[in-house]
Amino acid sequence: MEHYLSILAKTIFVENMALAFFLGMCSFLAVSKKIETAIGLGGAVIFVLAVTTPINNLIYNGLLKEGALEWISPSLADVNLEFLTFLTFIGSIAATVQVVEMALDKFSPALYNALGVFLPLIAVNCAILGASLFMVERDYDFVESTVFGVGNGIGWALAVVAMAALREKMRYSNVPEGLRGLGMAFILTGLMAIGFMAFSGIQL
Amino acid sequence: MDFLRKALDRLEPMFTKGGEFERLYPLYEAADTIHFSPLDRARGTSHVRDGLDLKRLMLTVIAALGPCIIWAMYNTGYQAALAVEGAATRLDTWQDIIFYDMLRMTADSGDIIGCVIHGAIYFLPVYITGLAVGGIIEATFAVVRRHEITEGFLVTSMLFPLTLPPTIPLWQVALGIAFGVIIGKEVFGGVGMNVLNPALTGRAFLFFAYPAQISGDQVWIAADNLTADGYSGATYLAKAAESGMATLTDEVWWNGFFGLVPGSMGETSAFCALLGAGILIFTQIGSWRTMFGVLAGTVATAALLNWVGSETNPMFEVPWYFHVVLGGWAFGAVFMATDPVSSAFTETGKLIYGVGIGVMVVLVRVVNPAYPEGMMLAILFMNIFAPLIDHFFVQANIKRRQARYGVQ
Repeated sequence: MEHYLSILAKTIFVENMALAFFLGMCSFLAVSKKIETAIGLGGAVIFVLAVTTPINNLIYNGLLKEGALEWISPSLADVNLEFLTFLTFIGSIAATVQVVEMALDKFSPALYNALGVFLPLIAVNCAILGASLFMVERDYDFVESTVFGVGNGIGWALAVVAMAALREKMRYSNVPEGLRGLGMAFILTGLMAIGFMAFSGIQL
Repeated sequence: MDFLRKALDRLEPMFTKGGEFERLYPLYEAADTIHFSPLDRARGTSHVRDGLDLKRLMLTVIAALGPCIIWAMYNTGYQAALAVEGAATRLDTWQDIIFYDMLRMTADSGDIIGCVIHGAIYFLPVYITGLAVGGIIEATFAVVRRHEITEGFLVTSMLFPLTLPPTIPLWQVALGIAFGVIIGKEVFGGVGMNVLNPALTGRAFLFFAYPAQISGDQVWIAADNLTADGYSGATYLAKAAESGMATLTDEVWWNGFFGLVPGSMGETSAFCALLGAGILIFTQIGSWRTMFGVLAGTVATAALLNWVGSETNPMFEVPWYFHVVLGGWAFGAVFMATDPVSSAFTETGKLIYGVGIGVMVVLVRVVNPAYPEGMMLAILFMNIFAPLIDHFFVQANIKRRQARYGVQ
């Protein structure tokens, strides 16, 4: 239990996808203009990460890893399909995103329209592929990778929602013309990363 | 004062619209309003409740900082004298050359005036550097972007040197305040529009860019060869991280409370910060909710960690009453956390924001082995979330009032 809690805390705070690894920046910068939309996208990312990381864990350990196919027949023991990792991971992520998209379109059309093109683009959000690849690198088992996926999702969602709140505050600021919009978003991301430095160095 | 008023009035046409130095109006305005109340009056209906404007507010904060500033000078000299009376030796910086060679004074920890002079030789150059560099940047932005120069800057440049160790190189002071004023404040449009506390932004920049001059055991006391006699220049938080409660005796608590410990110049004295807190709360400039929140968060988290305990990490056993007197806790809680711009705006939000700082500061101090002190990072971390906290309270308020008046 303690082990899973520490994975969760680590992924949310210490190794925050958005603010420590700077992954998933495109949607982080593009969909952080309004808090409501950011919460919607954050929820979608949590869901997609929570589903795809364990699925990819099963695919990798059951099909792709060197010798993983042994369970079919002992003659396949030295088959190594790792060169298909990227392809299959992206495929399973794209399929999950498709499901999320259809569900949102049906149940929350307002959010669906607000997220616009960034919803299908979650499929190529590097934070999500990144989580699957980190999972491979760290040799997580099924439960660990589920916790890892959820934690990464929460961390990214937290960052994007906080970012949206900061950017809503920017409406009352007098930002120099050249920096309005994206320029300020970059500076804010940097300042947020300074704040998250509080956790860097924590060993869990 | 009469001749000053006349001089200012004579200069005024040169700076107002159509005058020779029209673009430099912010400089004139700053010089005028720091000495005299502005004559502008509200015409038509207004909702002014109080004569306290931004300038008086900021000057009150500086007055509240008074005890900390005096203590900063005394303790800097006192710590240096204490170290030199042991086995440590004087530095060969220009500050110590002025003190020992030109003024021909000797370090004596019992000599209050001598300590204050010695400390002032270290503190004032840092302060003046920050004031000059920050002031030039602020004035340039004010002229180019046509906004007023406000006293908010005086507070930033007063807070910033108080958070630095006495041995900090002056070029780093200039770099830090430049980062704090430009990235922390001016890119947002000036006072009142920033997200992070500018003074802490500058300090965090130095902290991560030049860790050798702002962390460790050697920088907090203005003397050399500190470890020669087994005497350590480390702050008590760093010592506690090593050996836990063994170093934290009753005497250390009282020294920490009054501020006779090594540390950043202005942060050591919880007592002086408490005096400042009295002024800020009495004049309703600093929010008691924020300060109370920080205290509550600290007490709760420290108690929880005491209860959890740890065999490998001695910081777990440090009780809350040591957390609040050591390091920058008191100074940060009173002067940094209550910054009205970067803290939460809603009243309940301030409480939550304060609790967040209290929880974070204890967590960073105890759980994170990389940093012995966590006040700065805790405040910066909660600064980021302050607008989000406000958002939820504002939305909840809107919902409640809609329900009360039966809208939808």
